[in-house]
Amino acid sequence: MNFELTKEQRMIKKMVRDFAEDSIRPKAIQIDKEARFPVEIFEQMAELGLMGIPFPEEYGGSDGDTLSYALAVEEIGRVCGSTGLSYAAAVSLGASPIYYFGTEEQKQKYLTPLANGKALGSFGLTEPNAGSDAGGTKTTAVEDGADYIINGEKCFITNASFAETIIVTAVTGKQSNGKNIISAIIVPADSEGLTITSNYDKMGVRGSDTAEIILDNVRVPKENLLGDPEKGFKQFLYTLDGGRISIAALGLGIAQASLEKALDYAKERKQFGKSISSFQAVQFKLADMSMEVELARNMVHKAAWLKDQDKPFSKEAAYAKLYATETAFRAANQAIQIHGGYGYMREYEVERYLRDAKLLEIGEGTSEIQRLVIARQLGC
Amino acid sequence: MNIYVLLKKTFDTEEKINVSNGEIEDDGAEFIINPYDEYAVEEAINQRDAHGGEVTVVTVGDEDSEKQLRTALAMGADKAVLINTEDDLEEGDAFTTAKILEAYFEDKEADLILGGNVAIDEASGQVGPRLAEYLGIPYVTTITDLKIEGENVTIEKDVEGDVEIVETSLPLLVTCQQGLNEPRYPSLPGIMKAKKKPLEELEIDDLDLDEDDVAAKTKTIDIFLPPEKEAGRVLEGDASEQVQELVSILKNDEKVL
Ligand SMILES: Cc1cc2nc3c(=O)[nH]c(=O)nc-3n(C[C@H](O)[C@H](O)[C@H](O)COP(=O)(O)OP(=O)(O)OC[C@H]3O[C@@H](n4cnc5c(N)ncnc54)[C@H](O)[C@@H]3O)c2cc1C
Ligand SMILES: Cc1cc2nc3c(=O)[nH]c(=O)nc-3n(C[C@H](O)[C@H](O)[C@H](O)COP(=O)(O)OP(=O)(O)OC[C@H]3O[C@@H](n4cnc5c(N)ncnc54)[C@H](O)[C@@H]3O)c2cc1C
Repeated sequence: MNFELTKEQRMIKKMVRDFAEDSIRPKAIQIDKEARFPVEIFEQMAELGLMGIPFPEEYGGSDGDTLSYALAVEEIGRVCGSTGLSYAAAVSLGASPIYYFGTEEQKQKYLTPLANGKALGSFGLTEPNAGSDAGGTKTTAVEDGADYIINGEKCFITNASFAETIIVTAVTGKQSNGKNIISAIIVPADSEGLTITSNYDKMGVRGSDTAEIILDNVRVPKENLLGDPEKGFKQFLYTLDGGRISIAALGLGIAQASLEKALDYAKERKQFGKSISSFQAVQFKLADMSMEVELARNMVHKAAWLKDQDKPFSKEAAYAKLYATETAFRAANQAIQIHGGYGYMREYEVERYLRDAKLLEIGEGTSEIQRLVIARQLGC
Repeated sequence: MNIYVLLKKTFDTEEKINVSNGEIEDDGAEFIINPYDEYAVEEAINQRDAHGGEVTVVTVGDEDSEKQLRTALAMGADKAVLINTEDDLEEGDAFTTAKILEAYFEDKEADLILGGNVAIDEASGQVGPRLAEYLGIPYVTTITDLKIEGENVTIEKDVEGDVEIVETSLPLLVTCQQGLNEPRYPSLPGIMKAKKKPLEELEIDDLDLDEDDVAAKTKTIDIFLPPEKEAGRVLEGDASEQVQELVSILKNDEKVL
């Protein structure tokens, strides 16, 4: 048993923290207020090799592991939830499926620009009538000669307006038992018939691009089918398991930030002639926050470690996602409380943490769905 | 070009520092590359990229200094040398470090040695100049610009806010001041590659030195934190009353008049 990070992991954590403090923190309030996707930050992240941490060098990646990637997401989430979400979605949802399931050719062509950060990727699973119930996908891909013709509608898709490739899930046929076969297909964002609009006015993660996609007779070559044509559903469940580790890491970052802000403020703020940190009511809040942050961190690291060891990690990823994101929400809420009236103001940032954290209890599987995943693993 | 960087591990003065029994507590302190040495690393990499050659980062420290050396390798340095004095020396000062480095450089053909202007922990600013003296090469401190053409070197040096232009030649030792460059972050691929770059570990024995040869010339009597900053006082009343009160404070309380 060894709880220590490796030298490389510690260096990565420090580098990303320094970068996030210097280059992202000064813009975090403005990114949220203006709901602006920070393209320039993603360019800098690409230069530092952050977009390709968990991918091999031969595909433009940095040859790191899942744990290093989780550390990077935590550090970015610690200063800016919007940037953190777009980062996590680009790597875990936009690029990872191509790495897991793509052919050599698909990896060369589509993974390389995503891993070296020249382009962003998106993953379009959710539809207006198929959210938690992804099996209810209505989008269809019909074979036509050497192509697929795709029709349908996707909603709430992260990074789509800035993406070069979108992995879209669609019904490609029926199994012998009558169930739909759902596959994933790589769709270039500039394909004819593809319309991307981002008009959502969001509660939080406002600087992360979220878009609606309409596919109207979009034609892509059959070779763009990702992975096994019969196992599309299983494949994206695996993708989501991996993605959950990154959303958990993002929650951890927000929870950590909430704790730091609350602790600093409590030590400084004086009421009744004393620092409010000397009141037991405030101390107990801080003690709980600190404990939960550390528990969440242990769970995130364990899930990432299991994945890196090629061991089953589905249940642990769900634990991590569920616990870390709910910890983020509680910690942000308590951080506001400890800030009193000031906490309600944008300038103090903790109210943003709460708005950003709320998304994490919904995206990539709601908290209820995490409990379902866990219960299923228990044999229920 | 044979480029060397002198690098020191220091504690992060932006983090909390605890002193007990006249010593800084290592536990809980965060350690970093001395910030001025980061300018040296960055400059060394830039000069190598412009003129070719190799950058070797040298530290006199302990086992934990490997982390800072690896960071310099991740930024782009080619090789690292750790002169580990942990088992041999109880304490040392600028003399100790410079003497050890002198022995290390004895058989090296260094064209350019870069160090930080000072280390933020002890701030002696002496290791660089002492080493240059021992090696018999010119040195320029607190540089903010460095241009090398062949053997000729033109330097901008910070003199308390003014700029002095110095012409000199290789081989040369310089110490780096803020403003010289913007140190890069070690990139992810850089960090992964640093694992495979050579890091040589030496002890003073390997340099044919004894403890006595490098015994510190100075003695640290005490280490203490500066007094906590007290809250300011706001003077009241109209301007003339405030002036009167201020003068009285300066005379009677602070006794500076
Ligand atoms: C900012 C943002 C970014 C997003 N990014 C992406 C993206 O990049 N790609 C993508 O494909 N999707 C993305 N999504 C969509 C997200 O994954 C879905 O919103 C989420 O899965 C929930 O689906 P839904 O909104 O349809 O809610 P529903 O599925 O309609 O859920 C509504 C409520 O019912 C509960 N519920 C549903 N089924 C059950 C059940 N069986 N048992 C108990 N409770 C249940 C849910 O937990 C929830 O509380 C994003 C969403 C947002 C808001
Ligand atoms: C939108 C808005 C509208 C407002 N409108 C008005 C208004 O119309 N008129 C008006 O006068 N004020 C108004 N206020 C101010 C509001 O009443 C105060 O913000 C509130 O009383 C808390 O005071 P504070 O912000 O100074 O927090 P603090 O008193 O500094 O409290 C900070 C934290 O410390 C805790 N704490 C403090 N003392 C103790 C203790 N002894 N033991 C345990 N915990 C303690 C608090 O519970 C809180 O969690 C408004 C505030 C907002 C945000």
